[in-house]
This record gives sequence, structure tokens and C-alpha cells, in this order.
Amino acid sequence: MSTKKTVEETPPVVETPASPTHTTISGRPIAPLYRPEDVAGLDYERDLGDPGQFPFTRGIHQTMYRGKVWTMRQFAGFGTPRETNARFKYLLEHGSHGLSIAFDLPTLMGRDPDHPLSLGEVGKCGVAISSLQDMEILLDGIPLGEVSTSMTINSPAAMLLAFYIAVAEKQGVGPEKLSGTVQADILKEFIAQKEYIFPPRPSMRIVVDMIRYCTERLPKWNSISISGYHIREAGSTAAQELAFTLRDGVEYVQWCVDAGMDVDRFAPRLSFFFNSHSDFFEEIAKFRAARRIWARVMKDRFGAKNPRSWMCRFHTQTAGVSLTAQQPYNNVVRTALQALAGVLGGTQSLHTNSLDEALALPTEEAVTIALRTQQVIAHESGVVNTPDPLAGSYFVEKLTSDIEADALEYFRKIDAMGGMVAAIERGFPQREIQEAAFQFQRAVERKEKVIVGVNEYVMDEKPFPILYIDERVAEEQMGRLNALRASRDGAKVRAALGRLQEVARGTGNVMEPILDAARAYATLGEMCDALREVWGEYVEPPIF
Amino acid sequence: MAPLGRKLRVLIAKPGLDGHDRGAKVVARALRDAGMEVIYTGLRQSPEQIVSAAAQEDVDAVGLSILSGAHLAICRRVIELLKEKGMQGVRVFLGGIIPAQDIPELKKMGVAEVFLPGSSTQDVVKLIDTELGGASGTPPRPPLASRE
Repeated sequence: MSTKKTVEETPPVVETPASPTHTTISGRPIAPLYRPEDVAGLDYERDLGDPGQFPFTRGIHQTMYRGKVWTMRQFAGFGTPRETNARFKYLLEHGSHGLSIAFDLPTLMGRDPDHPLSLGEVGKCGVAISSLQDMEILLDGIPLGEVSTSMTINSPAAMLLAFYIAVAEKQGVGPEKLSGTVQADILKEFIAQKEYIFPPRPSMRIVVDMIRYCTERLPKWNSISISGYHIREAGSTAAQELAFTLRDGVEYVQWCVDAGMDVDRFAPRLSFFFNSHSDFFEEIAKFRAARRIWARVMKDRFGAKNPRSWMCRFHTQTAGVSLTAQQPYNNVVRTALQALAGVLGGTQSLHTNSLDEALALPTEEAVTIALRTQQVIAHESGVVNTPDPLAGSYFVEKLTSDIEADALEYFRKIDAMGGMVAAIERGFPQREIQEAAFQFQRAVERKEKVIVGVNEYVMDEKPFPILYIDERVAEEQMGRLNALRASRDGAKVRAALGRLQEVARGTGNVMEPILDAARAYATLGEMCDALREVWGEYVEPPIF
Repeated sequence: MAPLGRKLRVLIAKPGLDGHDRGAKVVARALRDAGMEVIYTGLRQSPEQIVSAAAQEDVDAVGLSILSGAHLAICRRVIELLKEKGMQGVRVFLGGIIPAQDIPELKKMGVAEVFLPGSSTQDVVKLIDTELGGASGTPPRPPLASRE
């Protein structure tokens, strides 16, 4: 990397050329002007409704941020359970009400730290949790009856939820008092992020078992967070993000209904998670369309009667993929615009990325700027004063309807394939996203899309200070794991794992035997291995 | 190095546990479009599997995509295994989220180039051409692993 000083150089005067085609970041053409006739077919009561009214296009609450601003929830986790526990306590002492746990890759993939594929990964992109013992350390001194905890975990969500329930038991806190969320969205793993373990159908069975268990025992727990974030990060367009996410939602609801559950009992606890990317109006339109589509699907397709079943509640995170390693301070501006789009789109909670995340996990200073960005929007910009302020804009309403129409076209295609699981098995959403990602990269390389500091306005830079995580975490984790394996009751662990396999082969709910195995200090890797023996592992065909 | 008249063969690999394969797939397709034979390993390959695939496919270069922070441990092992198998001529390049402070060490172990976020796929094509005398037909430089 060059360390050449550039401050003395006078920036050249540049004529910014007009974009060759006026399209959104997703490649959607934008007309020169929007006029009343573009929204002539729109009916206020039918298609928009007041905030808090069906179909919730304008927001799920009547007063939106006048009543309460969105929850500022920043995702964190690194190194050992002890280090992350210290960070959580710091956050709680400084007024945070919720925890949001990032796990490392071995945990996300259901591998113990001593597995060969865990080489170099332990504690790197999140905290390492491989047994109830690690979870006890992670949550030590944190009153689980009082905090709400979001766990970003998918394939092994049932096991991590079991560790959480078991720690609460030891604190004397019953499951009915626990509040929080597990992401547990396995479909988007097959589609985009690829952190799957088992094949799609047994993976769906765990999700259905978990939703049932949460509905019956953990009434304050959000059993799933249906996520478009990762679909977008993998390169999808805005309409694909919207379509695949909501169609995933339909698939979960359908499987639960098919398993005999009452839609109005579990649907109010479903939540969503979207990306907020750089194309300002397209994102706002996407959020508005999401609420309208979900409300109609739940009412018309599933016959839900509880208004809470109709509401698309969602968390938003700014687009990690839009951050550049070049001129990292520009990322503060990108994130601010994306966060504003999320707020104007009516999000319930928001995570703002830090300026250094194209380089490494964020430093504390960078995280603070990210949080301050949200606070500036909430307290200084005035956008919180009235709900859905862009409603009625010819452009925004037309864009909302157009994106909705594109998403519903994808719904029809996926329905024709026999549903989302069948579409995934054919590789359909995967190929659509891959193609969109390639087209975007080509547009950037041809400078049809300008990325400031990357393909235009480039300059030499000084190295940027980042957070660095070393290899010592792996040693500590493996040492504790070995001690645990030597000290626990081996016969009890073997019996619990045997019981888990037996239930997995049958039709019972796998949550109970997973909880028993967790209580016996079976490791995450052992539980997942027991299920790998029964269900096999999924291997994606390596297409590109 | 590719024998005269043969297309360059490149293995794109995703080692470790991470599944974020957008970059790996975009690079694989761009190299194929540039006229190379590209083999993609798919996800979650151990260094042993990657090197064995590189031997089996008789590739000229291996591109690793790593975003999770495991690059030092993984690159070290891949290059060790290539040397053990007498495959020093195979160039290794790396793309992903790589801290600047690790780049000198990666290059010292024999990584030909590190591509950070924002790199153009054409930079990768150029690197392979320069290192291996690909389309341009210029004589290749000595293998990296023997430059230490």
C-alpha cells in the first residue's frame, strides 16, 4: 500500500459525467419525471391506509417514531466468552437494553473448536460458544429475565437457544420470562449466506419444531427472523431481496400450518430483517412494499385474523457490502444515508455498520460513530416527527408499486416450482442472485456505476488502524473444551445424544432432547454430529 | 506454468467455514470470460482437499477467497502442502477481508498477490497473465515459492 502523501495535491477539477443510463443500483430504469397519472390506480384506503392500518404500507404503528424511536441495536461479539461478557456488561451499564450476539464460524457451522475445519476461525468473527459451559461464562451476571437477547444463529439455532434456556434455569428464570430472538432462518442460508449443515427438508423440520416449542413455552420469544439482509449482501437486487425474503416467510408459515399449528398463534412472533442499501428511494419503496405484501399474504393466503399476524415487523442493517476499504471515512456518509432510508422506510430496529468493516471487525471508536449516526438522525434531523413522510410522492408510490409487482412475479414463479424449498433444490434463487452480482460487478468495472474512491476519485492513502484478533482465543477455547470433556458424566452425554438421534429419526419435537443434551454438557459439535449421522450433510453443487 | 498452446487452468477455492461466496464466484466467472479454464471447489474445503484438487486438475494457479480472518493459518498450510507435493510452480493468490498488516507476511510465505475489497476482476486477470505469461505469451517469472 502506498503511503504517499496526497494532502498537498490539489484535487483536479472534474466534470462529473451524467450517468449513461438512469437506473437504480439494482438496474431498474427511472423515468425522467413522475406525475399524477403514474399513481392514478392507487387507492388510499386499499393500498396505503393510515399508519397502523391494513395493509400497513405507511407503517405498523399509528404514531411510529413520535411514540418511540426505533431500537438502536448494535451487533457485537469477538474472542472468548469472557471477553464478550465484559463487553455486554459495559453495554448494559451504559443504558443498552438489549444484547445482540455475534458468533464465530465454528459455532455458526456446528463445529467444535478442535475440528480441522475450525483452523484459524475460532473467535475471529464472533464469540466462540461450544457448550453450556461457554454460555454460562458469556451470560455470567446478566439477568436473563430482564434483558432481551438477539442471537444471530441459524443452522444450530435450536442448540444455542437450548444453552440460553439452560443458563436461565440455573438463574431461576423460567422460559416464559425469556425475551429475545434467534435468527433461525435456514432458507436464506441455502439461498445466500451458505451456513447450512443438514439438507433443506430436515433443516426445515428443526425450524418448525423450534417455532412450535417457542409458541408453547417461550411466549415472549421471537422464534425466527426471516432475513433478506444476506440475500442482498450476496448480490441480489432490491426486488429479489424483497421477493425471496417474503416468499421464505410464506414457506415457514405454510410448513407450520401443514404441521397443524394455528397461524394466529405463531405468526405474531415472526419478524423480518432487511438490508438498507445505497439507492435511497428504491430502499424506502422496498420497505413500504414489504409491509403491503406481507399483510395481504397473511390475510388472503393464510386467512390470518389477528392484526398482529398481518404486520411485517422488521430490523434493518445498513449494507456491509457497500462499504469500501478505500477512503474508509466515506463509509460514515454511506451508512448515514442508508440508515435514513431505513428510518423513512419505518424500521422497528436498526444496526448501523462501522466505517472500518471492509477492513476488519470494528474498533470501539468506529462503533461509537455508527451509533452516533443513528442518534443524529433520531434527535437532530426531524424525520421522526411524522410517520411515512414520503407517502403520496408520485415517484415513491410508483416505485413501491413497481417493486411490489416484481416481487409478486417471483412469488408466482416460485409457487409454480412447488414452493421455496423446491426452488432452492433447483438452485433457482441462487442463480438469480449470482447473475445479479456479476452484472453489478461488470457495471462497476465499466464505470456505468460509480463507487466513490473505488472506480472514481481514487487517491493514495495511509494505512488505517484496525482491530486485530490473534490466535490465542483458539488455544484457550480448546483447553477449556478438553477439561470439560474430561470432567462431565460421559455416560449421560452418550445417552442424551442417543435419545436425540432417536427423536430425529422419528417425528417428535427435537427441542426437548437437544435441551437435555445441553444440560448434560454435550458440545455443540457433538449434537450436530449426532444429527449429521441421521440426516446427512448438505453439499451445494459448485456452480458459478 | 501452462504448456504452450494450453489454456491457463485456475482453481478457485473457498477454504475454512465461511460461506460468503459472492467474490469467489464473480472472480471465477470473470477468469472464465477471460479465456481461462476455471475449476471452483465449492465451499468448506480443507487445505488438504484444495491442494489435492489442484494436483488432480493440474492447475497453474490457485485463488483463495477468505473473509473470516483465518487467512494466515490457511495460506500457510496450503503453501506448505503445495511444497510437500513438489507443486511450487502453482501460484497462489488471495482475495477477501485481509488486514494490511498481514500482507507482508502473506507475501513472504509465497502468496503472489492479495486482492482487497474494491479490486477489479481485471486486476486478477492481469496478475495471472503477468505471473504465468498467459494470454500475452510473455515468459513467466520464476515460481514464487523459489524466490524466498
